[in-house]
Amino acid sequence: MADLASSWAQTGAVLTIHRWAAVIGGLLLACVAVLVLCLQFGATSVGMGTVATAIAHLLRGQEAGSPSLGTSEIIMVQIRFPRVLMGFFVGASLAAVGVTLQALLRNPLADPYVLGVSSGSALGVSLAMLLGIGTTFMLLPVLPLFGFAGGLLALLVIYRLAQSKGRLPVHSLLLAGVILNAILTAFIMFITSIMEPNRSAGLMAWLMGSLTAPGYPALGIFLMYVVCVLAVLMHKARSLNVLTLGEETARSLGVNTEGTKKQLFALTALLTGAIVSVSGMIGFVGMVVPHAVRLLIGSDHRLLIPASALVGGMFLAVADAIARTIMAPAEIPVGIVTALAGGPFFLYLLLWRKDRML
Amino acid sequence: MTLGLTETTRSWLPVEGPAIEVVGLSFRYHTTEERGRVWTLDHLSFHVDAGEILGIVGPNGSGKSSLLKVLSGLLPAGEGEVRLGGLSIGKRSQTDVARLVAVVPQEYTQVFPFTVAETVLMGRFPHRTVRWWSMGIGDETANDLAYAHQSMVDTDVLSLADRLVSDLSGGERQRVMIARALAQEPKILLLDEPTAFLDINHQIDICSLIARLRTERRLTVVLVSHDLNVASQYCDRVLMLKEGGLCRIGSPEEIIRPDVLRMLYGCDVVVDAHPQTGRPRVTMPMGTV
Repeated sequence: MADLASSWAQTGAVLTIHRWAAVIGGLLLACVAVLVLCLQFGATSVGMGTVATAIAHLLRGQEAGSPSLGTSEIIMVQIRFPRVLMGFFVGASLAAVGVTLQALLRNPLADPYVLGVSSGSALGVSLAMLLGIGTTFMLLPVLPLFGFAGGLLALLVIYRLAQSKGRLPVHSLLLAGVILNAILTAFIMFITSIMEPNRSAGLMAWLMGSLTAPGYPALGIFLMYVVCVLAVLMHKARSLNVLTLGEETARSLGVNTEGTKKQLFALTALLTGAIVSVSGMIGFVGMVVPHAVRLLIGSDHRLLIPASALVGGMFLAVADAIARTIMAPAEIPVGIVTALAGGPFFLYLLLWRKDRML
Repeated sequence: MTLGLTETTRSWLPVEGPAIEVVGLSFRYHTTEERGRVWTLDHLSFHVDAGEILGIVGPNGSGKSSLLKVLSGLLPAGEGEVRLGGLSIGKRSQTDVARLVAVVPQEYTQVFPFTVAETVLMGRFPHRTVRWWSMGIGDETANDLAYAHQSMVDTDVLSLADRLVSDLSGGERQRVMIARALAQEPKILLLDEPTAFLDINHQIDICSLIARLRTERRLTVVLVSHDLNVASQYCDRVLMLKEGGLCRIGSPEEIIRPDVLRMLYGCDVVVDAHPQTGRPRVTMPMGTV
């Protein structure tokens, strides 16, 4: 049967462990290269040497700001390094959440913002900005906490609205999400309209999606969060494959559809809340990256989820590098770059591989 | 098993005797909200022998699809019970049922680009070995691949292995869904309108495939069909449903008769003998213009 496996593997008919390892290995290498490149770009461009010194410095675990470091190294360690990593984690999360929701909703147009949790987070942050809260609490910035709380509340409301008799029908979930989205967006608009102009401009820029350099504790918490959610998503990948056959068929194959749906909706919503609270609403990554990756490597979620996460991370890291440099020293919201870069690339893929399209 | 492969199923059904027993089965939707609602399925009792093909016929809304869903455990029995191999379906786990019963749904749409081989391999899901460290990667064993391969050979879709399911024609897609069901190593195959939406060539194709699989794999088959001729030509026995109740059950000769059909559907039809098999054949009468 080895012949069979190899012949199917050659034509790409089924996923094999070799193809999985090759794709993921290749992407990991590409990620390292892309991240190192991205570190060089910003309001001040630095050379590879500085990047290397800074990385070595971080790896030795020394205090930033020690006298051995020059200004550009300090910029690297304290600002650019965490920001590039944050961009990578946010992009990876957006893509992983997008691919999961597309499978759960059996809708290739779904993205992390479709269920209204994101609007809850955005409203939380808007409220905090309106009230002028902006200090830190226990090493953590307060704004993300507000965002997270808002997302959590929105999740509970959607659950309550969509659930009936212990089940979670996909169409009521979508409907509840869309309606809640509209209501919460109206509140956000109201808040921006009553804010002072300079503050509301800041809020608008944040809503469009922008990355900042987080402190290392916040970065660590976010990373832990992303890794945990990704692990569960990967664990459920095969059930997700079967779920695309339709819920009844999945149940007849032994998938606990209700349990899987509830678990994954809750997890992806929590991650979405976290994403929005640190980076606003960065569009396009969560929808386009899963699409593009699916066109290239197929639909098997065991490979699609980690591959989308890695590609999403790279994509956002590069987009953020562009957002930092294109109008330096000013920055533009990264959401604009993702939409402008992602759209045409997606169109190109669509034309290039029409037959693999939906 | 005739395949010369390791039989991975732990589920067991007797080779002789009834594979499915339905005892006093009643079912209705929305049990809590509308107390006075009529039963969708009303006190059904029958059995399906191992290796038999049973056809379920009846007018629209008579409960055919609901019955099939109760038989596969997708809907819970309201009253009475369904026994698979003597054990109540409610006492079996979802995975256990999935190893015994495979369902081919009426329609299948795939929005994502999955290949035929990937789709057939999904049928191995109930036989997966859960290893937490593998995170679901590379879970398919050589045995899984072999079963999927054999199912694709049996349904003649092997040449389509690397094609996308979304690119297939209706007949090819139906074959892939049967291959997916066979990969489950089921003892019982349930099909909902397997020949709907297919042209005459593919109807013959799918029906003879089902008949052949029954012999080769010793499958017990229950199929729902609107096509009385399919029920007559390919089924050992035919069950007639009327308004959720069991109207008649018996051989095609006993059931496919003008008087019975008039009672069931309320219209006159012409029934004669099939020139090759001698089984009843139903045609529409000359229309009154």
